[in-house]
Amino acid sequence: MLRRVLLPILATLAGAPVALAQEGDAEHGAVLFRACNSCHVAEPEGPSRTGPNLYGVVGRAAGTLEGVRYSPAILAAGENGLVWTFETLDGFLQDPRGYIPGSRMSFRGLPDLQDRMDVIAYLTGDAPMVHSSDLGRLSPEIFTIEGDLEYGEYLSSECVACHSARGSDEGIPVITGIEPEAFVLALHDYRDGHRDHQVMTTVTARLTDEEIASLAAYFALTEE
Amino acid sequence: MMMNRRSFLGTTAALAGTLAAPAVLGQARPRAVVIGGGAGGATAARYIANDSDGMIDVTLIEPSRHYYTCFFSNLYLGGFRTIESLGHSYGGLASGYGINVVHDWALGIDRDARTVALAGGGSVPYDRLIVSPGIDFKDGAVPGWSTAAQNRMPHAYKAGSQTELLRAQLENMREGGTFAMVAPPNPYRCPPGPYERVSMVAHYLSENNPTARILILDPKESFSKQALFEDGWARHYPGMIERIGPDFGGANVEVRPDSMEVVVDGQVEAVDVCNVIPAMQAGGILQTAALTESDWATVIPATMQSVMDENIHILGDSSRQGAMPKSGFAANSQAKVASMAVRHALTDSRLFPARFANTCWSLIGTDDGIKVGATYQAGEDRIEAVDTFISQLGESEEVRAETYRESIGWYDSITSDMFG
Repeated sequence: MLRRVLLPILATLAGAPVALAQEGDAEHGAVLFRACNSCHVAEPEGPSRTGPNLYGVVGRAAGTLEGVRYSPAILAAGENGLVWTFETLDGFLQDPRGYIPGSRMSFRGLPDLQDRMDVIAYLTGDAPMVHSSDLGRLSPEIFTIEGDLEYGEYLSSECVACHSARGSDEGIPVITGIEPEAFVLALHDYRDGHRDHQVMTTVTARLTDEEIASLAAYFALTEE
Repeated sequence: MMMNRRSFLGTTAALAGTLAAPAVLGQARPRAVVIGGGAGGATAARYIANDSDGMIDVTLIEPSRHYYTCFFSNLYLGGFRTIESLGHSYGGLASGYGINVVHDWALGIDRDARTVALAGGGSVPYDRLIVSPGIDFKDGAVPGWSTAAQNRMPHAYKAGSQTELLRAQLENMREGGTFAMVAPPNPYRCPPGPYERVSMVAHYLSENNPTARILILDPKESFSKQALFEDGWARHYPGMIERIGPDFGGANVEVRPDSMEVVVDGQVEAVDVCNVIPAMQAGGILQTAALTESDWATVIPATMQSVMDENIHILGDSSRQGAMPKSGFAANSQAKVASMAVRHALTDSRLFPARFANTCWSLIGTDDGIKVGATYQAGEDRIEAVDTFISQLGESEEVRAETYRESIGWYDSITSDMFG
C-alpha cells in the first residue's frame, strides 16, 4: 500500500531539518520522474524494467522486489538493513553512486533538495510523510489527546465515502490501519494549511483536536 | 474491514450468533425498514445492520435486482465506462449483513399501523421506516412529453435501460445531426449532471460525428459549475454547443416526439436526438403517503425525520433539507446521520451531532475533471453549509487529471459503502 506507508520517525537528522520540513510537490516530481522512465515505472502491479517498479518503494528494504536483477551492491545494502525511507531516498537520489558504490543506476543524481523532495513526494503519493521535524510543528500534547472510539467511528463514516474501506487506493489514498501519529499530523497539517487539498482542507476545517484524535484512534484499529 | 471495525467493541461474536439464529431473537428485535436501494437506502440499511450488531432487524425493499448508479452514467455515454461497471447487486447486503432484501414495489405506507404494503401482496411492519425513493418526473412539466414518450425522447435520468437507449440513439445519429437537451428547472437531481452529460455527448460526437451540434434548452439563468463547464466546452468542443437560456426561450419549450421536433418560443426546429430531463418531485410513495408539501418531503435536519411523522426518515433527492444538493453523495451522507438516529431510537445507542458532506465531481473531457463540494451541519430548520470549495479556472492539466482519478476512487469507495 504505497500511500499509507509511513516513515519511521527518526531521532537523528544528518541533513538540513528546516529544509526537510518543506512539502514536496508531487506534480513536479511526476515531471522529474520522466527522466527515470527508461528504467523505472511507479505503478501498482507495474512491471520492473531495467530497474525495479518503484510503486511502494518507501518502506521497502533495498533489493527485495521479486524478479529484479539487482546489483550485488544494492543486495548487500539491503542485507545490511538499508530501508528506503524519506532520508535514505534523499541521500541516494542526491548521489546514487556515492551513496551506494557499485549501484548500477546510471542516473547522475538530483543536486537540488526541492527536486528530490518532489520526486519522493511523487513516489509516496499523498501519504503523510511523517518526519521528526514535521512532528515538531504540533505541540506534544496534541498527540496525547485520548480519542473517543465510538465518536471516531461515527465521524469516520464521512471519510469512507471517498477513502475506500476495501483497501483500494485508486485515486484516493487508503487510510485504514494508519498510524495515529501520522493521521493526527496529516489532518492538522490540512487544517493548518501545511498541506493543501481542496476537499481535505474543507473537511478538516471544522474538526476539533479531540475529533481528530477520535478519528485517529478509530482508523488505527481498522484493517484493510 | 467492517466486521473488524466492530471488533473493538467486543461484539463480533454476538453478531455472528445473531445472524446465525435470527429466529430465536427475531421477534424481539426492533424493525427498521428501508424503501429504496440507492445511495440513501442501501447505505442506511447497511449502516443500521452493521452498526447495530444484529440488534435491529433490517429489511430493504427495492424492486430492482441490479442497481445502476446514476452517478458516472454520463461517463458511460461518453465512452469512459461500460454499463456493466455501473451495475451493483444486493447480494452482499443480504449475505454479508443479514439484511432481508425484498425485491418488490412498496405501494403504500400505513402510518398508523406502521406497515408498508407491497405490490406482490402482504405488508412489512416497521418500528422505524427510512424512505429514499429518489425522484419522479412531474407530469406535463415539458409540454408534449410524458413517460409514454420516453423511448423516443429518453430522460436517461434514472440509470439503466434509459441510459443505454440514449447512447444507442447517439451512436445512430445522422452525420451533422442535432442533439437537443431539455434541461430541468431547479431543484433537481445532480445539479451538474445535465452539463456533464453535454460534455460527454460532445466528447463522443467530437470523435465520431464532429459536424454534429448540441442544443441545450435551459429554463435556468445559470447552472452549477457554469464557468468551469463553459471554459471546458470552449477548449475541448469549440463551436459545437449552443445553450439557449430563459432570455431566448429556454423556459418556453414544447417537444413533439412523433416528428422529432422541439418548439422554442414558437419556433419549430427539427432535431435528431432529444434528451428531455423534466422537472422533478419526490418519489411517488412519499406523495401517496402524504409526506410531501409542494413536491418535496421536508425533514428535521438533525435526524432526517419527516416533519410530519417522527417514525419516518426521508433521505436523498426526495427530501427538502436545506443547503445540500440532490446527489448520491448527499444521500449517502444523510443516510449515516439517519442510521445513527434510528439506532439511537431503537437501541439507545449514542447520539452524535449531525454532520454532512458532499462532493460532486464532473468530467468535461479526457482527464479533465472538476469538482464542487461542501461540509454541512444541522441548523434548526434546515441543513446549512459550513465550508465550501470548487475547482478553479486555469488549473493545470495535472490537477484536472488528478481530480478525475479522485472521482474514480470515490466511485469505488461509495459503491462499496453502499453495497458492502
